[in-house]
Amino acid sequence: MALNDDQIERYMRHLSLGEIGGKGQEKLMNSSALVIGAGGLGSPAAYYLTAAGIGRIGLVDGDVVDRSNLQRQILHGTPDIGRPKVESAKEKLNALNPDVEIETHQYFLDHTNILDLVKRYDFVLDCTDGFPIKFLINDACVLANKPFSHAGILRWDGQILTCLPWRSATYRCVFREQPPPGAVPTCAEAGVLGAMAGTVGTIQATEAVKYFLGKGELLENRLLIYDSMRMRMRTVNVKRDPRWPVGAPHPDIHELAPLGQEPACELKKR
Amino acid sequence: MRIQINGQPKEAPDGLSVTALIAHEKIKQPLMVSVELNGDILDREAFENTTVKDGDTVEFLYFMGGGA
Repeated sequence: MALNDDQIERYMRHLSLGEIGGKGQEKLMNSSALVIGAGGLGSPAAYYLTAAGIGRIGLVDGDVVDRSNLQRQILHGTPDIGRPKVESAKEKLNALNPDVEIETHQYFLDHTNILDLVKRYDFVLDCTDGFPIKFLINDACVLANKPFSHAGILRWDGQILTCLPWRSATYRCVFREQPPPGAVPTCAEAGVLGAMAGTVGTIQATEAVKYFLGKGELLENRLLIYDSMRMRMRTVNVKRDPRWPVGAPHPDIHELAPLGQEPACELKKR
Repeated sequence: MRIQINGQPKEAPDGLSVTALIAHEKIKQPLMVSVELNGDILDREAFENTTVKDGDTVEFLYFMGGGA
């Protein structure tokens, strides 16, 4: 796929980067990403992946836009209240870059539908809200051998881990199992800074781009912890834990468990 | 004893278990953290019987479930 004149102009600042150039831009245009959740993390992630010219982007979200989303979910505007998030998102992303194929999946993922969907994309971004779905994405990506970016946010803090299943530490290697419901405050109870969510989602998009390019160092075996109140970032080395069922060469988990329901940022129940 | 907690040098009483260190650090809800001791994530069941020693490196990794 050669770049046309419009694309050369659009991606000029990528083409100038030694690590991207024409070959790298073509790689991006031949890549696909699945953004699960079109909210606080998914908004910046999907925007930057679209701007970067990723060939095909899947967006999954079964929710509709609520006024309380707008403090952080920058894909959506006031006129979008009540509209399906994926529909609102697709409109903005198409306007930003019509070259990118935006596939919308207007439903929530569960153990019955997630595997088939993640298999259709090269890289998965966990931009979801709630532990049940985060653990489900981890397990599905391990079973499907699909690289993914995990992120979680709360209050002024966020953390990101890039997992290449069977090669690097997964979310379960660090956090093992879901905390019992109510053990960890939700964003709805505790609050969350919109701009911090934006930074974290943008880091997820950066990881996806580097993965597609095959350049640089990913957040593999390193959990990046971002404390926006003290404005510090640090990485903590983590290891693949062969004793842990998913992530070991011979997983004990062969099928996905049904999903509990505990959103962390949204006020309303799914 | 001198230990490192989340990258910061800290002083703590000798002989603390991980459970006791969590209390000493005033982490209100122990279920909110995963604990890495000298580079290895500990099983939650091992918190009570694992003693933190002088020079150890401890990371309290907080569960963050938000994203929307």
